[in-house]
Amino acid sequence: MNNLFVYCEVEDGVVADVSLELLTKGRNLANELKCQLEAVVIGSSLDQIEDQISPFGADVIYLFDDPRLAPYTTAPHASILIKLFQQEQPQIVLLGATPIGRDLGPRVSSALHSGLTADCTSLEIGDHEDKKANKVYKDLLYQIRPAFGGNIIAWIINPDCRPQMATVREGVMRKQAIDAKYKAIVHRPIIADYVSETDFAVQIIERHLEKRKLNIKGASIVVSGGYGVGSKENFKLLYDLADVLGAEVGASRAAVDAGYVDHERQIGQTGITVRPKLYIACGISGQVQHRAGMEESAQVIAINTDPEAPINALADYVITGDLAEVIPKMIRYYKENTK
Amino acid sequence: MKKGFRIIVLAKQVPDTRNVGKDAMKADGTVNRAALPAIFNPEDLNALELALRIKDNNPGTTVTLLTMGPGRAAEIVREGLYRGADDGVLLTDRAFAGSDTLATSYALAQTIKVMGEFDLIVSGRQAIDGDTAQVGPQVAEKLKINQITYVEEVLQVDPDFLVVRRRLDNGVETLKAPLPLLLTVNSSAPNCRSRNAKLLMRYKQARTVTERQEAAEDYLYLYDSRPFLNILEITASEIFATPDLLGLSGSPTKVKRIENVVLQAKDAVRLNTNDEGIHDLMKELIESHVIG
Ligand SMILES: Cc1cc2nc3c(=O)[nH]c(=O)nc-3n(C[C@H](O)[C@H](O)[C@H](O)COP(=O)(O)OP(=O)(O)OC[C@H]3O[C@@H](n4cnc5c(N)ncnc54)[C@H](O)[C@@H]3O)c2cc1C
Ligand SMILES: Cc1cc2nc3c(=O)[nH]c(=O)nc-3n(C[C@H](O)[C@H](O)[C@H](O)COP(=O)(O)OP(=O)(O)OC[C@H]3O[C@@H](n4cnc5c(N)ncnc54)[C@H](O)[C@@H]3O)c2cc1C
Repeated sequence: MNNLFVYCEVEDGVVADVSLELLTKGRNLANELKCQLEAVVIGSSLDQIEDQISPFGADVIYLFDDPRLAPYTTAPHASILIKLFQQEQPQIVLLGATPIGRDLGPRVSSALHSGLTADCTSLEIGDHEDKKANKVYKDLLYQIRPAFGGNIIAWIINPDCRPQMATVREGVMRKQAIDAKYKAIVHRPIIADYVSETDFAVQIIERHLEKRKLNIKGASIVVSGGYGVGSKENFKLLYDLADVLGAEVGASRAAVDAGYVDHERQIGQTGITVRPKLYIACGISGQVQHRAGMEESAQVIAINTDPEAPINALADYVITGDLAEVIPKMIRYYKENTK
Repeated sequence: MKKGFRIIVLAKQVPDTRNVGKDAMKADGTVNRAALPAIFNPEDLNALELALRIKDNNPGTTVTLLTMGPGRAAEIVREGLYRGADDGVLLTDRAFAGSDTLATSYALAQTIKVMGEFDLIVSGRQAIDGDTAQVGPQVAEKLKINQITYVEEVLQVDPDFLVVRRRLDNGVETLKAPLPLLLTVNSSAPNCRSRNAKLLMRYKQARTVTERQEAAEDYLYLYDSRPFLNILEITASEIFATPDLLGLSGSPTKVKRIENVVLQAKDAVRLNTNDEGIHDLMKELIESHVIG
């Protein structure tokens, strides 16, 4: 009772990165709260899926395994979570801010009348004093998230309703297994106790999912281009630099919108979050929505013709000048110095 | 056979948080919200277009806009009428102040219940101020109907079901779902048609009761002879709501603290584009094992 639950997404027998990231965060929070970490997996052919989850420190794993439960549709997954949470009374529930988590989370929170905070970038435990009611709440989940188009950061709490629910985007939390031999108790509940025939009224007719080929998130160096790159052809400069440095190429939304690069490379609030050792921002002004996806980079080089560009405020190295001139020099002197 | 569909479009008035320009920034580097124009939430325009296309192809279909907000949100209803909606409802009351997504969806769902039978509810995926994308699914749950999120296109309309395509991060999915149903619509869906000049003329004087009370006497005769100029205004007392579930008291989430994003400059090494500067930079990065 009153434990911390993580809803784990599975596609083709593999637990999603975002779920493993949430288990990692959940383990730390559970230690702080001195409660258990419990995982819920809903899908089909889930044999041995627990082996992917228990190393992250899950104490209990619920496996809802039935051919009708994959691919994901809203109603059966929602019915299962609602019933399970009514029985188990979790204090905290974490879901990925993915197309699934963002479809499922609000539905479940509405049925349970519990608060849900979207797209958290940080989760912490803390107390809250309600001065008006003269009441102190211990060990609440602080759900910290950007809102207002990234222009403000809000600390959200759910003082009275349980569970405290939050979604977190992929790549925001770190993923770290704690013990390859960690043993979880595995429950396989009877599906019919949780779902009814009417839950299957919505049918999937067709699905086209592409595997993600890029690994920008995992790259230790990202060379990123913005609208200032000027054209698709000029982006070649960035690929060249990325090649010699062993980096991946990222982009701002303005560069994506202008058709210089594919959307899958977009970094920022509506793209991916990266935290590489080095982020090289070329012709990027540095609007909040972009910064949201890269501001935790260990070091930043900003190349911009505008000495006042906002990106410079978070750069370690500011190069004021034309990227078409700067990048070839970087390539040249990199080669010279590594010879 | 049933004649047409009754569609309700949920639309929110939002401050334009996109491209917050230099003029909207205060001297301390924070956003001056008052300087941001109030606009029709962008994805709600995609939602309206999706509904209007069903209306175009299915005679007898009506599209009703529903918005919850302060009095000036009547502007959203008028904008919808100019683009082809049949009528609109403004849900407005002090009792709704401080609503989180749950209290917002409760108020919207209670209103939809008093609005009578419907076939389809269409909302935007996400509002650009709260940015949660939670209201659509929560309204669906409160009405006990199915939902499909991230919808891009309606492929087939049948009296009893729809076939729709949804756009996900990594692909597309086609689903068939029975009516009544709620859809949330993505920005990848077709853009909304622009205002129609005839409709603009027709609805320019459309007003809520409150707006009429403030309007000049000379126009008042209009509203008796032209009932389509009445924008229905609904308050909390008319939706059979439990007061505790509205506004701040009906909101499980509380904002404990808000911080404006302020840019603080780091102590950066400033370089220009001469060869020496770049040479030294690359050398330094290699020596400190950041690259190489
Ligand atoms: C809800 C929402 C979500 C968003 N999500 C994202 C997101 O995920 N990611 C994202 O990036 N944006 C996002 N945006 C958009 C964001 O607000 C900015 O519009 C965008 O980041 C700007 O991209 P940019 O810096 O490339 O372009 P610009 O702002 O146009 O900047 C171009 C820069 O290039 C410089 N420049 C020009 N020529 C050269 C040259 N030859 N050499 C060097 N420098 C040069 C200019 O000085 C300028 O600073 C979002 C916006 C909204 C409203
Ligand atoms: C800084 C800040 C952070 C917040 N964080 C949270 C949070 O984490 N959790 C939470 O529950 N609440 C949160 N809120 C409250 C939330 O913004 C409001 O409840 C808001 O009324 C609805 O949420 P949204 O803007 O995110 O809408 P979304 O859920 O993003 O809207 C989706 C769609 O629902 C429809 N819709 C939404 N509102 C209305 C309306 N008033 N009238 C008609 N249709 C509408 C529109 O079609 C819209 O496109 C936050 C508010 C602030 C100021």
